[in-house]
Amino acid sequence: MTVPARRGGNSGSAIRVDLQMVADMVEPGSRVLDIGCGEGVLLDYLNSFKQVDGRGMELSMAGVRAAVAHGLSVIQGDADIDLKDYPSGAFDYVILSQTLQATRNPRDVLEQMLRIGRRAIVSFPNFGHWQVRLSLFWHGRMPMTETLTYDWYDTPNIHLCTIRDFTDLCAGLGIAVERAISLNSRGRARYDAGGRLANWLGEQAVFLLRRE
Amino acid sequence: MSLLLPGHRLELGPDAPLRLDCGVELAPLTIAYQTYGRLNSDKSNAILICHALTGDQYVAETHPVTGKPGWWEELVGPGRILDTDRYFLICANVLGGCMGTTGPASVNPATGRPWCQAFPVITIGDMVRAQLRLLDYLEIDQLFCVIGGSMGGMQALEWAARHPQRVFAAIPIATAARHSAQNIAFAEVGRQAIMADPDWCGGDYPAHGRKPQRGLAVARMAAHITYLSEAALHRKFGRNLQGRELSWGFNADFQVESYLRHQGSTFVERFDANSYLYITRAMDYFDLAADHGGILANAFRGTKVRFCVISFTSDWLFPTAESRAIVHALNAVAANVSFVEVESDKGHDAFLLDEPEFHATLSGFLDGAAEHRGLPRGAPP
Repeated sequence: MTVPARRGGNSGSAIRVDLQMVADMVEPGSRVLDIGCGEGVLLDYLNSFKQVDGRGMELSMAGVRAAVAHGLSVIQGDADIDLKDYPSGAFDYVILSQTLQATRNPRDVLEQMLRIGRRAIVSFPNFGHWQVRLSLFWHGRMPMTETLTYDWYDTPNIHLCTIRDFTDLCAGLGIAVERAISLNSRGRARYDAGGRLANWLGEQAVFLLRRE
Repeated sequence: MSLLLPGHRLELGPDAPLRLDCGVELAPLTIAYQTYGRLNSDKSNAILICHALTGDQYVAETHPVTGKPGWWEELVGPGRILDTDRYFLICANVLGGCMGTTGPASVNPATGRPWCQAFPVITIGDMVRAQLRLLDYLEIDQLFCVIGGSMGGMQALEWAARHPQRVFAAIPIATAARHSAQNIAFAEVGRQAIMADPDWCGGDYPAHGRKPQRGLAVARMAAHITYLSEAALHRKFGRNLQGRELSWGFNADFQVESYLRHQGSTFVERFDANSYLYITRAMDYFDLAADHGGILANAFRGTKVRFCVISFTSDWLFPTAESRAIVHALNAVAANVSFVEVESDKGHDAFLLDEPEFHATLSGFLDGAAEHRGLPRGAPP
C-alpha cells in the first residue's frame, strides 16, 4: 500500500475533529460520495489514508474549482436536487458532514443517501446542546455558539435539529443507527450519541447509518 | 496546397476502407497529424487533442498558412499543462477537413477531380473512427486522455462513449452531447451564406476556378459572433468608430464591423467552403443520446473512463446546461466525473484563451488522472 503524493488539499496534516470521526467510520478501499465536500479536505484525506474511490458534490463553484484543481473528482451539484440522478447502491458510503441542516428537505436527502449508498455518515450541530438551550432560555434570542455562528437572518442552517430529533427521524424512516458519536464543545470527549446525556452535552453528532 | 503542408501523413489504401455512418466505404484515406513530445515505452502517455470546427492539427507551432501561433500554444509545451516532457500529444486534422486529411477538397480517385459535393456526408463518429485508425497505426492501445473543446469536445465524448476501452480519461470542454436547435440554426445560416454565393457553383467551384469567398466570409462572421459574448464585444469595441465620424453609408463605420470583416477575409485564405458545409453538418447530426435509445446515460453505462467536464459561464453557444446534462448522465451510471463551470466573460472562445481558473482545473485533473494511471512525473524513460 502506498500513500500517494501530496496534491494540495489537506493530505498528511490533521483534519477537523468531526471530519476525523467521519473518516474513522470509513472502511479502506471503499467507494465514497461526499456531499457538500467543500474544497475536498475530507475526500483528500480519505484518498490518501484510506485509498477510497472518492467522489464529491459541492454547491459552491469556488469549492468545486479548488477541489478539482487538487485532482479530486468533484462536481457542482445540490443535495436537494441532484442525488436522484445516482443509481441505487452505487457507493459504500455517502457522507454528509455539517450540511444536513442546510438542506431544503433533510428527510428526502437522508432517504436518497441510503438509496445510493449501503451506508450513510451524517454529522450535524446538535441544537439540543445545553449552551444552545441556555442561550435561548436566558437571552430569548436565536442561539449563536461556536458551531452556530450565523445570525438568524442570514444563516444557511434552515433545518436545525437535536440529536433526539434526528434519531426519531431515522426510526421513522426505518434507518438503523450502527454507530453514534457526539462531541463536546472542545471536540474532545465523546459520548455515545444514543445515550441520554448526549443530547445535552454533545455539541455535534456523527451518525453511521444503514438501511434496516 | 495540402501537399505542401508540413507534418505527418498516414495513407490508408483501398484495401482498408473506412466504413462511414452513411454506409459509404471511403478509400483511400489520408490522415494528416502532428505530434509533440515522446511516446513512452509502454505507450501509456498519449493524449489525443481533438480540434474544433475551424481548428487544425497545428496545435503548438506556427501555422503554415497564416503564420500565427498554434491555437493551443498556451497549453502545450515543455512544463506546460499539456507537458511535452511528460506526455505524447497527437492532433489529427478531422475527416472532412482541409489541412491534409481527406475531405471534399481531396481528389476523388474515381474521377480524378476534387470530391466537392460528391464527398459522403460524415459524422463525428466517422471522425473518431479515422482517429482510431491512426491510433492503431501508432500501436497505442489506450489513450491516457482525449481532450477537446467545442466540436473537439464532441469527439472526446464520442471516444469515451464508443471506444471506452481505448480511453483512460476524457476532458470534454465547452461542448454538448448533441447540437441544439439553436446550434443547428446558426450552422444553417453559415451554410446558406456559402450556398448563396454565386461562386459556390453548386459546390463545384474548383472546376470553375472560383471560390465562394464572400459566402464563406459571411458564414465566418456570423459564427464568430456566437463564439464571443456581449460583454466581450462591448469591452473590445463598444460603439467605437473606425474613423472620426459616421460615413452616412454602409462602410465599416464601427470597429466591430471592421473586426468581423477582417475575421471573414482572413478565414477564407485558410479554409475550404465545402469542408465548412460538411463539418458543420457532422456537428448537426451529433446526438449521443439518440444513438443509445434516447437516454444519454446509456452511452456511458459501465464506463471506467475518468471525466472532467468544463463549461464557461458566458458561453451561449454551448451553455453550461449542456455540460450539466452530460454530468447528470454520467452520475446516473456512477461514472467518475469532475465538473467545473469556469467564470469568464469571454464566451465560447474562452477555451482557447488564457483563463487561469480553466488552466488550474485542467492541470489538477490531469495530475490526478496521471497519478491513477501510474504515469511518473517528468520525462518518460
